[in-house]
Amino acid sequence: MTAPHLDDAQLNQVWARLDLVMDPELDEPVTDMGFIEAVSINWPQAQNSSTVHISFRLPTYWCSPNFAFLMAADIKRQVEILPWVGQAVVTLQDHMAADEMNAAINSGASFGTVFEGLHPGENLEALREKFDIKAFQRRQEVVIKALIAMGFLPAEITAMPRGLLDAIALDDPENARQKARYLAILSDKQLALTAADPAFPTWQGTPIADYPLYMGLLRSVRINMEFSGSLCRGLKQSRYQQADLSGPVPVLVTHDSHACR
Amino acid sequence: MYVTPEGKEIFVLDGHTHFWDGSPENQKNIHGKQFIECFYAYHTNLSPKDQLWAKAKFEKYTEADLYNDLFIDGPDDMAILNSTYLKDFYKNGFNTIERNATVAKKYPNRFIVNGSFDPRDGEKALEYIHFMKETYDIKGVKMYTAEWNGNSKGWKLNDPAAYKCFELCDKLGIKNIHVHKGPTIIPLNKDAFDVHDVDYAATDFQNLNWIIEHCGLPRLDDFCWIATQETNVYGGLAVALPFIHSRPRYFGEVIAELLWWIGPEKILFGSDYAIWTPKWLVEKLWAYQIPEDISAERGGVQLTDEIKEKILGLNAARLYNIDVAARKAEFSAHPMSIAAE
Repeated sequence: MTAPHLDDAQLNQVWARLDLVMDPELDEPVTDMGFIEAVSINWPQAQNSSTVHISFRLPTYWCSPNFAFLMAADIKRQVEILPWVGQAVVTLQDHMAADEMNAAINSGASFGTVFEGLHPGENLEALREKFDIKAFQRRQEVVIKALIAMGFLPAEITAMPRGLLDAIALDDPENARQKARYLAILSDKQLALTAADPAFPTWQGTPIADYPLYMGLLRSVRINMEFSGSLCRGLKQSRYQQADLSGPVPVLVTHDSHACR
Repeated sequence: MYVTPEGKEIFVLDGHTHFWDGSPENQKNIHGKQFIECFYAYHTNLSPKDQLWAKAKFEKYTEADLYNDLFIDGPDDMAILNSTYLKDFYKNGFNTIERNATVAKKYPNRFIVNGSFDPRDGEKALEYIHFMKETYDIKGVKMYTAEWNGNSKGWKLNDPAAYKCFELCDKLGIKNIHVHKGPTIIPLNKDAFDVHDVDYAATDFQNLNWIIEHCGLPRLDDFCWIATQETNVYGGLAVALPFIHSRPRYFGEVIAELLWWIGPEKILFGSDYAIWTPKWLVEKLWAYQIPEDISAERGGVQLTDEIKEKILGLNAARLYNIDVAARKAEFSAHPMSIAAE
C-alpha cells in the first residue's frame, strides 16, 4: 500500500535492506520467501526522522517465536541503517505471539524478558550461531557439488586456495548465487580472508579430513533445511487459500482479504 | 489391499490416520481455527491438484468418507487411528479415543485405535492409561511432547513423570509408543524438534517400540543416528512421503538416508489421513525408484518391491502382532462394501 507521493527510490532502498534479512532457519531472504506483507514510509518528514512501517507474516500461526524474533530484530536493524530513517516499526501479523512480539521488538526489549515463559533460558546468540553454521555448510555443499560436476576431484577441492575459487565462474545461476553467498560468509566469519587461504575449511577452521564423511554431514544439513524450506514456501503460499472444486479441475483461490502479497 | 500393476496383492497397514472434527462449531478459540487452517495448508500444499478437498469437508468429514477413502477407494487393509485431544482448542476435542473407538467398532479388525495421555497430569495420567487399556484394549499410544499444559510448554520422554507412565504401559502390554517429532503444528517450546529424549527412553524401555512419526524431520540426521543405535526405534513416513509428488528427488534423498541408516525393517508407511489420502501415496510409492545418483551416494540402496511391501504393511503388522495371512484371508472372504452401513 503506497501513497502516490512516496518516493520510489526510498522505498526501493528499504526493500534492498530487507533483501539482506535472512530467515535464519532456511538461509533465504525474507523477501524471496514472501514474508514481507507491506512497507510504508511516513512522508514528508523532518530530517533523518521518517518512520518506516514494515509488516510481515510467516507461513503458519505456530512458527517458532524465537525464529520470528530474530527476523523481526534483523528487519528493524537493517532498515534503521538507512540514514534518513528515524525509526522502523515492525509488525508481525497473524501469529500466536504477535502482540508480545510486536511490543518487544518496537520497545527494544530482549527476547528473554518477553518469552521467558515460552522459551526459558533461551540464548538467542547461541541460536544465531547454530544457524550461521548451517548456512555456511549449506552454501559450501552447493559450491563443492558444482565443482565436482565441473570435473574437479575431491583432493583438488579440499586443497583449493580461495584465490582460485574466486576466479572460477559457475554457469548455473543458483550455483553462482550460492558461491557469492559462500564467499561472503567466508569473509564475514574470517574463515578465509586471503587468496592463499584454503577455500573449503570446516566451520572450525580446520581442513576437511575425511571427505566422504564430511559430505555426508553437509548432505544431512541440506536435507533438514530443504524440508523446512520447501514446507515454509508452500505453506506461506497456501495460507488462507481454499480449493475451489466447482470447475473441471480443482484450483486454489485466496479467501482472505489480508493475504495481499 | 493394493494390487500392483503386475497383479501382486500387497497388504497395506496405514500407520497414521485421523478421524477429527475441526469444524468451526467445535472450535473453542482462535487456536482451534488456526490449527485446522495449518493442516489444510499442508493438504493444499502437498497434494496433487486432483486430490484437493473443499475446506468444509476437510474440517469435518464423515465416517463414510473415512471408510471410503481408506478401504474402498483407498488401498488400506487396516489403519491405525491416532487420538489427539487438543481440548484447549476444541470443545469436544479434536479426535478423542471415544470418537475413534466408535467408528472402529463398526468395522471390526480394520482399525487399531491408539490412545494418548499427558504425563504432566501425574496420577490422573496413570489412571487414564488403566482406563484406556480396560475400555479399549489399546496396544499403542500417540504422544505429543510439544503440547501445552497449563504453564508447561512441553515435556520430554525421559521426564520422571513420563517414565512412570511408560513403566505402566510396559506392564499392561501397551507396546507401541508413537511420538510426534516433526514440523511445527502446535505451540512448541524450543526443544520440541529435539529427538534426543527418544534415545534415553528407548534405551530404558527395551520392551517398548518407539515409532517416531515424521522421522524427526527436520532433524533427520539426529533421528537416523538414534534409530541406528537403538533396535526398538522406528520411523513413520507421514509428511515425508507426500514429497514424492511435489519434490520426488527430495523424497529420494530422505528415503535413501533412512534405508542406509536404519534399514528397510524399521520404516512405516502412514498417510496422515485426512491431510492426505492413501490411494495416491501408495500408487506413487509403488512406482517410485530412488534416482541413481542419490542411491550411489548411499551405497546403492534402492526401494525394491520386497522393501516396499515391508514399508507398506509388514513392518507395522509385526509391531502390532497382526497375522497378515489370516487377515488377508478374512478380508477376502468378507470384502468391504458401501453397504456395510
